[in-house]
Amino acid sequence: MSKIDQANQEAVKRMMLSRPVWVDVGKAKDVIPGMKDNLFLHAGPPITWDRMSGPLKGAIIGGIIYEGKARNAEEAEKLAASGEIEFAPCHHFNTVGPMAGVTTPSQMVFILEDKEWGGYTYSNMNEGYGKVLRYGAFDDEVLNRLKWLDNVYAPVIKEAVKLAGGVDIKSIIAQALHMGDDGHNRNRATTSLFIRTIAPFVAETEWGKKKDYDAPRLDLSNVSEYFKGGKASAAAEVLAFMHSNDLTSLNAIMAACKSMALAAHGVENSTLVTTMARNGTDFGIRVSSTGDKWFTAPANVPDGLYFSGYTAADANADIGDSVITETVGIGGFAMAAAPAIVNFIGGSPADAFEATNEMYEITVAENNNFNIPAMDFKGTPTGIDVRKVVEKSIVPRINTGIAHKEPGIGQVGAGIVKPPMEIFIEALKELAK
Amino acid sequence: MEDLFKKELKVINMGLEGFAETLKERGTTVLHVRWQPPAMGDDDLLSLLDKLK
Repeated sequence: MSKIDQANQEAVKRMMLSRPVWVDVGKAKDVIPGMKDNLFLHAGPPITWDRMSGPLKGAIIGGIIYEGKARNAEEAEKLAASGEIEFAPCHHFNTVGPMAGVTTPSQMVFILEDKEWGGYTYSNMNEGYGKVLRYGAFDDEVLNRLKWLDNVYAPVIKEAVKLAGGVDIKSIIAQALHMGDDGHNRNRATTSLFIRTIAPFVAETEWGKKKDYDAPRLDLSNVSEYFKGGKASAAAEVLAFMHSNDLTSLNAIMAACKSMALAAHGVENSTLVTTMARNGTDFGIRVSSTGDKWFTAPANVPDGLYFSGYTAADANADIGDSVITETVGIGGFAMAAAPAIVNFIGGSPADAFEATNEMYEITVAENNNFNIPAMDFKGTPTGIDVRKVVEKSIVPRINTGIAHKEPGIGQVGAGIVKPPMEIFIEALKELAK
Repeated sequence: MEDLFKKELKVINMGLEGFAETLKERGTTVLHVRWQPPAMGDDDLLSLLDKLK
């Protein structure tokens, strides 16, 4: 076995041994090392304000208003362009965020600890579907939901996870692949397991028992007659919200995947991809043995299904850190585990199997944690080798949401996207130096 | 050779999918194998890959 093949086996072994556990929740600027008051994190590789896409700009505008640094979009845009706000990739801070991935200093974040290798990873709270900050929307409805998430949801689940003594996210992913999820675009099972694990502790929290408090409320009157006219407890609001949002678990899953990818990073001679991420303008990758260097090229527009009233003409280019799931062998790589996903992103169940099968061509291992029942429990294809991508001319398959290209609108569909081949060729050239 | 065309044809097609599609449209059993030259046939990339074996 060559020294590169050995290095890749070491890197993928480290990736699969990583054991990310959700241990806490905290305010970004208090818990993410290096986070500060004028720093806004975003998805994907580095980008300046003038090159940001509509949805990323929208999320930054919303974040600035949310932080109280501007009263309206006009003021926020001016501030963003002034240079007073610093922008940096979430990945530079061991953080990941879906779609725009905007993480502001006072937002509350999941904290995951890698119990095997040590270290922490972070991700913000998932807001649900439709018109949300991560898709670039920033009206009052969006900002009020963020306030509820930070002021009610986060403190309740913080208390709950402490009572639970941590939640093993890797185990939840493994089980959910047996229940029809891919762990990226379909998270009905992961979220169900997430709720099942944390619910008893949510019910036990002191915060959850409160019915009167000075914070935004979640209207549960559409959940049941029972809640009409009266105030629900914070615990009821939290659990109803979790149930209403299949993506509740996604951000914690992404932070878990970031933990696994980090474990594989920095292995000398390894040609494995340890970061894939998009900012809505560029697609970027980083490789285990080439340090912090990004290889970037213009991001493609996803091919998928659109919500009523929208078409491909409305779509922004690929955006988000959620492709960290494919980086460690789930998401599009585990599509065969989730044939029902084709209702959401297009194609047929046979396509889902084909997608997974194709990914074995460009990876170095079958995952020993994540497997697919319908493929005789074969491990998911894991550890993308830059050499194989270039040699076989096969790029990773990614399941993704589709954002509207204009700021302030939100999600318009979901589909499949491929990264540009150029970034793997550039990485190959660097590796050969 | 002539005998070949008197029997039912079963074809393995490699590379360009269009040939497989045409035969399928005529009712021929075809197994298509997706194949393309390594590294898109680019000599520079092939030499880099050789260096990274």
